[in-house]
Order: sequence, then C-alpha cells, then structure tokens
Amino acid sequence: MIVAEAKTLEEIFQLVEPFKKILVAGCGGCVTVCMAGGAKEVGLLASAIRLSRRNNQLEVLEQTVLRQCEYEFNRELSSSVSEVEAVLSLACGVGVQSLAEQNPDKPVLPGLNTKFMGLPLEQGVWAERCQGCGECVLDKTFGICPITRCSKSLLNGPCGGSQGGKCEIDPDVPCAWQLIYDKAISLGQVDRLRHIQPVKDWSKSRDGGPRKVVRGDVRLDEIGQ
Amino acid sequence: MMKSGSNLERVLEAGHFAVTAEIGPPKHADGGVIRSRGEQLRGYADAFNLTDNQAAVVRLSSIAAGAILVQQGQDPVIQMTCRDRNRIGLQSDLLGAYALGVRNVLCLSGDHQRFGNHPTAKNVYDLDSINLIQMVKQLRDEKRFLSGEECKIEPRFYIGCAANPFADPFEFRVMRLEKKIAAGADFVQTQCVFDMERFERFMEMVRERGLHKRAKILAGVMPVKSAKAAAFMQQHVAGMMVPDAMVERLKKAEDEKAEGLQLCIEQIKHLKTIEGVAGVHIMTLMWEEMVPFIVEQAGLLPRPEVSGDG
Ligand code: SF4
Ligand code: SF4
Repeated sequence: MIVAEAKTLEEIFQLVEPFKKILVAGCGGCVTVCMAGGAKEVGLLASAIRLSRRNNQLEVLEQTVLRQCEYEFNRELSSSVSEVEAVLSLACGVGVQSLAEQNPDKPVLPGLNTKFMGLPLEQGVWAERCQGCGECVLDKTFGICPITRCSKSLLNGPCGGSQGGKCEIDPDVPCAWQLIYDKAISLGQVDRLRHIQPVKDWSKSRDGGPRKVVRGDVRLDEIGQ
Repeated sequence: MMKSGSNLERVLEAGHFAVTAEIGPPKHADGGVIRSRGEQLRGYADAFNLTDNQAAVVRLSSIAAGAILVQQGQDPVIQMTCRDRNRIGLQSDLLGAYALGVRNVLCLSGDHQRFGNHPTAKNVYDLDSINLIQMVKQLRDEKRFLSGEECKIEPRFYIGCAANPFADPFEFRVMRLEKKIAAGADFVQTQCVFDMERFERFMEMVRERGLHKRAKILAGVMPVKSAKAAAFMQQHVAGMMVPDAMVERLKKAEDEKAEGLQLCIEQIKHLKTIEGVAGVHIMTLMWEEMVPFIVEQAGLLPRPEVSGDG
C-alpha cells in the first residue's frame, strides 16, 4: 500500500487559514488502511480545524470517497467541492493531484505527507518495500529489494558498513544485504550471489521522466493524455 | 605490459612490499595544504591516496588534490565514490583526472550522507562500486564508454577497490572481493586492521580462492592516538573492529600516542609476514606527519625506485 502520515496540525491550520469554507476529503484506499486519511481521520481533523477557529469563522464539510486516485470516484465529491473555497485532501499525493486535475479552479491542499510503498510490520509501524524502479530484480535477490532496503541501493552485495546485521546509517535499520545473504544461505543458493549484477537501467525508473503505462490489450479507445 | 604505468603499479608488479599513505584534502579551498603534505611525505610512500569527501563531509575534491600532487611529481591514488555522481559525472571525471596526470583510482561505494555535514542531500548511487570498477576497466581495456560508444583516447587507470574483512556477513566479504577482482580490480585496499586474528582468517579464505594472485592486496593500518579514540571506533564506527586488548594496552600506556604508533608499527611488521599481503596502506586521519616515523620504524625505507618500462 501507499503509506502516508498526517502533516502537523499547525501546518494544516496554516494551509486552511485563508479560507472560510473548506472540504476535508478522505480516501477509502491505502490511507484508510494506514490510518492517515480515511473517514475516521477526516472526522477528527475536521473537528480539530473547527475548534482552532474561534467564533465559527470557518465551515468544514467532510466527505470520503472509495479511492481518490481515480477520477471516477471523485465525481461524487463534485457538489461539495462546488460549495467550498478549498479542498483539504487526506489522500496520498496521487489523490490530491487527481482532485486538483478535476478541479482546476479550486485550491486542493495536501493534508498528508506521502511516504512510500510499503507494508505494516505491526500495529502502528509501516516499512518501505518498493520504489517502483520499473524493472524488478526480486528474483535475483531472493525476494528482498536492494533498491529500496539498502540505503545505497547496492546491487552487488553489502558495503563495508554492514555490521551485526545492521545498516551503517542506523542501528534500527536491518542491512538489506545481510537479509539477502541469510536468505541465500537458508535456500542453499549463495553461489547465485557471485554473479555480477550489471549496471541498472534507471531510465525505466523515475529518472527516465514521468512514466506512463499504456496497454493496448485493455484500452477501449484512443486516449491522448 | 603495464596497465597504467603508475608508480604504485610498477612497485607492486615488481613484487615490492608497497606503501601508500592517505592524505585527507582540506575543508577549504587552499591547495597549499596538499602541497606541503606532499613535500613532507615525499619518499615515504609509493603513492598517496586522496579521499573523496570522506564521511560525506565536503572537502577539496580528490581529483584536484591529486592533480596538485602530480605537479609535484608524486603518484596519487584518487578515491571515487558512487554517492555523488552518476555515470555521466563519473566518466567525465575519469577523463579529466587522467588528463591531469592521475593514474590510480580507488573505486568505492562511499559513506552514506546521513553522518556527513549535508545530511539532507539526495544521494546518487547510479552505479555501485563493482559497476564502477567495470566501467573504469571497460574504458581502459576496450576503449568504450559505459554506453558502448568509443573513447578514442582512453584513460588508463590502475584500478583499486576496497575490502572490509571486519564488516558482515563475514563469509560474503571474500565473495565480494572476488566479484570486485572479476570486475577488474588490480589492487585492493582493506579497512584498518586492528583485529589481526580476523584478518588472518580473511586472508586464509582469500588464499583458498587464489585472490592474492589475481590482485595486489594492501592491508590498511592506522595509528590510534589514544585509548579513547580506539574505544570510540570500537563502539561507533560501522565496519570497524577494535579488540578490547588493544584498548586496554593503550589505556595502560604512559604515553598513549607513542603506544599507538608502536602498535601500528608492530602491526605492519606482522602484516608483512602474511602470505598474500602485498603492502600496507597507512590511514592517519589528520595525523599525516607521523607517516615518515611509522614507515621508517617499520623498516620500509628506502622506498624502491622502479623504472618506467616495467
Ligand atoms: S526491484 Fe524495483 S520493482 Fe522490484 S521491489 Fe525493488 S524497487 Fe520495487
Ligand atoms: S549497510 Fe547494508 S543496507 Fe546499509 S548501505 Fe551498506 S549494504 Fe546497504
């Protein structure tokens, strides 16, 4: 899932400061699961914003859609959006942008900081797992992503800072290459790590510019976007 | 045939026990510091190793510092990390360094910026150190850039890599060194050896795989100024191993500095006896003025003169 975290209340109060009527828009997808921008968080934040403005100078609407990252679901928001001066979106960066694209004349403000693609390790703890590099190498690294989990995205084994299973940057960060090595040992396949991984083609990643996936097999008609 | 013709290459390939010493470029724009270090250490090492923004702290560039040493008629080894430059910047700098007379390059991943003086920087890591070695070798031996395009006048570097016998996973360390040698490393510089037992075990594994015959291995050494400094490295520097006995010995010493130097000299003498160790690399961390004393006391003078025709 996409993991996000709320901006501080002070930041949010500042963002909505210029407005008298806003919509706090939640998303029912990833940010609901990671407890940052679902209906519940929308309710809490809306109350906090109301309380922050004495003498009721601010009206706050609340609404949460199934997924803010799709134009289709956001259409449900159109009547509320038309009523307000600005929208405070509690979706990930994709959700914020999709709302902004649909409402070119309305300020759409981000209520969250979008962090990464990852998973929950335990209640209240999420960890990054994928950077969307566009050319997955997990088959070569026994299911552990070196691009994401090695602090230097090394492809050919651990740097000289790996000690006691930990990454040189932080004793709380496991060294990805220790994990890969341990997995290789347990599978009896260490020899596979002798192979030199060639230079990575980063053009398939964000470095190649903003990406788009076009699939002829599922397209309905020509889309020129 | 010589690959680069550098003094370091000539000394090592002629079978001499080599000595290299590290010079840390300053945190300012005055190259005079490098110049005077170069003069001070002249004749005490076969090549001088210039760090590349070590510990992710901005310093005068290793290539510029190397060029200053070249002007003095010395043989620099420039360090090159993958942290700050992509393949375009790295190759451009390789061409530039060669044009300035640099002949040795040490290919490194680089310390993460987290602990440097610009922790909010974006890092690069377009390549890793093994890919970098491959790239330098391809330029030299195939006259081709990483892209495959021809490089008409190729930079001919003597290619170095690092090895850390004290990092984990231990068994992977030899495998990784083998990968680096397969990628094209001609010489190897190890992390500072304090834990001799572990280093001996590492070298045993190196010999088992015959790696010492495929690349020249320089063992890293460092004189430690005090018990406190040793304890700090023991506890806080990732990838370093300092035995308790060493910290104790320094603690008990009347003159900790003198004892630290003595320890370093003993270590060098011991390293000389280990099969497969082709030389030492002295890292002094801003205590460069002690290099002549250490080299002399370790019985490594005079430094050999090997003629250019190899
Ligand atoms: S290799 Fe790339 S696509 Fe695969 S998990 Fe890592 S970042 Fe994601
Ligand atoms: S310690 Fe491990 S995870 Fe951290 S940068 Fe080095 S190899 Fe990568």
